[in-house]
Amino acid sequence: MIYLDHAATSWPKPPEVIRAMVDLLERAGGNPGRSGHRLSIEAGRIVYAAREAVAEFFGAPDPMRVVFTANVTTALNLALRGLLRPGDRVVTSSIEHNSVMRPLRALERQGVRLTVVPCAADGRLDPGALARAVEPGTRLVVLNHASNVMGTILPVAEAATIAHDAGALLLVDAAQTAGVLPIHIMALKIDLLAFTGHKGLQGPPGTGGLVIAPWVDVTTLEPLVRGGTGSRSEFEEQPDLLPDKYESGTANSVGIAGLGAGVRFVQERGVEAIRAHELELARTLYDGLAGLPEVTVYGPPDAALRTGTVSFTVAGRQVSEFGLRLDEEYNILCRVGLHCAPAAHRTLGTFPQGTVRLAVGLGTTLAEVHTTLQAVERIIRA
Amino acid sequence: MKVYGVVLFYTTSAALKAEKVLKAAGLEIKLIPTPRQLSSDCGMALRFDWPLAQTIEETLRAAQVEHAGVRQL
Repeated sequence: MIYLDHAATSWPKPPEVIRAMVDLLERAGGNPGRSGHRLSIEAGRIVYAAREAVAEFFGAPDPMRVVFTANVTTALNLALRGLLRPGDRVVTSSIEHNSVMRPLRALERQGVRLTVVPCAADGRLDPGALARAVEPGTRLVVLNHASNVMGTILPVAEAATIAHDAGALLLVDAAQTAGVLPIHIMALKIDLLAFTGHKGLQGPPGTGGLVIAPWVDVTTLEPLVRGGTGSRSEFEEQPDLLPDKYESGTANSVGIAGLGAGVRFVQERGVEAIRAHELELARTLYDGLAGLPEVTVYGPPDAALRTGTVSFTVAGRQVSEFGLRLDEEYNILCRVGLHCAPAAHRTLGTFPQGTVRLAVGLGTTLAEVHTTLQAVERIIRA
Repeated sequence: MKVYGVVLFYTTSAALKAEKVLKAAGLEIKLIPTPRQLSSDCGMALRFDWPLAQTIEETLRAAQVEHAGVRQL
């Protein structure tokens, strides 16, 4: 079987991740940070160690500013709905996932003023166009670090400067890039980084979070969910303390244990080495597809401007046919359709049919990429 | 009789960070359920031998671990 759906979730997970999750359940099954007995404390230690690992991984100096959430969508909702008030201005790009577009459209109905900056047909965002859209007084700029559809990388470092010059914060959706591209929030000056644990970071589903830069004033960031935190229990008001303010309810300790192990695994492999491997595979895949006359490949031709995600369509053929036949006849697993990102597909001109998406991961081999290219060619010629 | 002290915290994350920092400094400490007469801020506190109080406070300050106070038990 050839697994080319790493943009949806990475698979298989490293054995270390699975072991860490089993270990938590078997050895440290208390409620982390609640009860003060040894099983509760041990679970708390594992969750805290993961918090530190994530902070270090993204260059965040304070682990208390790593907030764990159920997924990157929840982290994005926390940032967007927690910060934006009626009358606020927010700027985004035209290749965002629905995890950003749907909360923004709902906020727009409540009076938030939304500007969507068009990207080029290959998904690239011109920093000049972004700068023109970000007027002084804008509250927030929110950008995909890279598209989940065709892998185009957006200029987040330039966006940080543009946002800060206007007095705005920058929220980066790193769903497709955490563990795949180097991300250092201090170097890139990212104010808020939303990440998922189950893709490039090799953790299990049900994990993710929001990393908040040290200079961000959290008094205006409202929690999405309020409830028990194991702290300040005599008060019926939500505590202001981090990370508790944003982490009500029992934590996904088993998932977070796996996430911590995944982050350590990625750190040992090295993000640069993972990137070099995936870039080579994605280049081969893109160039091989581009060499087939019936195929249109999306995203910029230069592999350095993309992640390991490649999208294509075939003239006169349905994408669903490729998804089914790759799976049934060739044992190649991918994802076809709109990938929860209608805005991105409108930008590419592939709405509403969508594309066939092939997404490599750290375990993908060059031989698998060549086999896939042969399979696509056979399906076209059949 | 042995005299203990406790470090109180606002959050369990801070208590767990403090445990890590103090253990790394070779100090003998133990996480315990917070004595109810002292605080209800956070369910966990760090117990230590009272003569270590000053060293513990200095170590936590150097590592920038926020705490809610140090008390004798």
